[in-house]
Amino acid sequence: MNAFATGSITRAEHCVIACAEAWRGDGEILASPMGAVPSAGARLARLTFAPDLLLTDGEATLVGPDGEAEGWLPYRRHLALVTGGRRHVMMGASQIDRYGNQNISCVGDWEQPSRQLLGVRGAPVNTLNNPVSYWIPRHSPRVFVERVDMVCGVGYDRARAAGPSATRFHRIPRVVSDLGVFDFATPDRSMRLASVHPGVTVDQVRDATGFALTVPETVPYTRDPSPTELALIREVVDPARTRDREVRS
Amino acid sequence: MSTPPHVRDKTMTPEEVVDRLRSGMTIGIGGWGSRRKPMALVRALLRSPVTDLTVISYGGPDVGLLAAAGRIARLVTAFVTLDSVPLEPHYRAARQRGAFALTEVDEAMFMWGLHAAANRLPFLPVRAGIGSDVMRVNPELRTVTSPYGDGEEFVAAPALRMDAALVHLNRADRRGNGQYLGPDPYFDDLFCEAADAAYVSCERLVETRELTENSAAPQTLLVQRHSVTGVVETPGGAHFTSCAPDHPRDEPFQKAYAAAAADPAAWAEFAARFLPPDGDEKGYQQAVRAWHEEQK
Repeated sequence: MNAFATGSITRAEHCVIACAEAWRGDGEILASPMGAVPSAGARLARLTFAPDLLLTDGEATLVGPDGEAEGWLPYRRHLALVTGGRRHVMMGASQIDRYGNQNISCVGDWEQPSRQLLGVRGAPVNTLNNPVSYWIPRHSPRVFVERVDMVCGVGYDRARAAGPSATRFHRIPRVVSDLGVFDFATPDRSMRLASVHPGVTVDQVRDATGFALTVPETVPYTRDPSPTELALIREVVDPARTRDREVRS
Repeated sequence: MSTPPHVRDKTMTPEEVVDRLRSGMTIGIGGWGSRRKPMALVRALLRSPVTDLTVISYGGPDVGLLAAAGRIARLVTAFVTLDSVPLEPHYRAARQRGAFALTEVDEAMFMWGLHAAANRLPFLPVRAGIGSDVMRVNPELRTVTSPYGDGEEFVAAPALRMDAALVHLNRADRRGNGQYLGPDPYFDDLFCEAADAAYVSCERLVETRELTENSAAPQTLLVQRHSVTGVVETPGGAHFTSCAPDHPRDEPFQKAYAAAAADPAAWAEFAARFLPPDGDEKGYQQAVRAWHEEQK
């Protein structure tokens, strides 16, 4: 087991751990992961250090880690759960800026976009009501931009400007990319490098980020999965290795 | 199936539904993304001359098809997706050529807009939208301030009132009682209640007593007949979207649709084969079966 674990941990597996950590200490709330790596992370957290988390089957059923149904959550109740706040979602982002404003709607001029994407989806209601983290499988200056073209998920500066109703439940715990983990633990709530994944340099992160990132004097590495966690990732939560399709090692 | 004389029979064909629609109407379309969309009714709409529509939809291929045919004047939505294929190519192309006006709102604002319309309220307050560019791209949106001590500010999500709603369910009777048997009702009851006229297509038309046979729970009876104008039996009428438990999404066909939709020449061929202007729903279902045979 140890030989299997040491030296052979992939980037995707560090990403799974970094995503799982987003839900640490969240208690009895719904973990809503979007994407293969966050899904593996949420299930890993549920199986280890966050046993009270609720998970869905991706449709309308609340399920245990073995798939056993324990509740019903169709879209209408899911939206009610969002506004009740007992949920921590990890969304994707086509663009994200230094204050955590996120875009999944379109690139370019909204009236006639150069690239139409999904639309705002539930990003506005999510960001004003429950903690929202982000997962970005390919860290690049095209994603980490100075200003997003359409604010779907509300960042710290925009929430502050919109007033108390916007800030009351607004929180962006973390951003995880294939290069590192980021948070907003700065005086002006701009993005900060919290850790780099093993094998990544701080300069690499800076080069791949389209805005000035706050970088502490010493940047820790994202932690390794324990042997138990690694076995769970490989054998239980993602035996089909869907994580490798999102993150190239 | 005999109908007692005192029971009003609301059954009609897809063509009869579309005959009741007019250009310029505001039409709500039920389902969600590529899930339980009233596709047979959308296909009938494509064969009609009805155009210049305001479409209200949690968008999927319903929006894609209507956009490709140039029938949409304005779209009200929070997203358009094929679910297993994230982006809808027709929608994407239509937006990128500025083909119609868009009212882009959040998923919850949309839901509360349906509730407001169903409850005959002008709006409902929602903690979503402020701080986001939903406010910038919809300058007509207003906020309301709580009259209580908290004084909080919310978006007044406007009622999404519609001239007609189109939804697809698993079962229905002739009077318009509709039943869903899958895991999620989506918002089809609200669409029906938010509309002046609502048309329910179903996988299978049954007698009223059959709706609760085999211990089907009464809470599966999603849509009540007082909110329904017409009922259409269209087996496979949600195709190629999912209609659990009757059938899953037709993933290979959806993939073929998406590939064709991304290329004008391929689309012309696809449309000629599956959506001829002089065709009908039966012909569509036959063409799909033949296509699947070829894929074997």
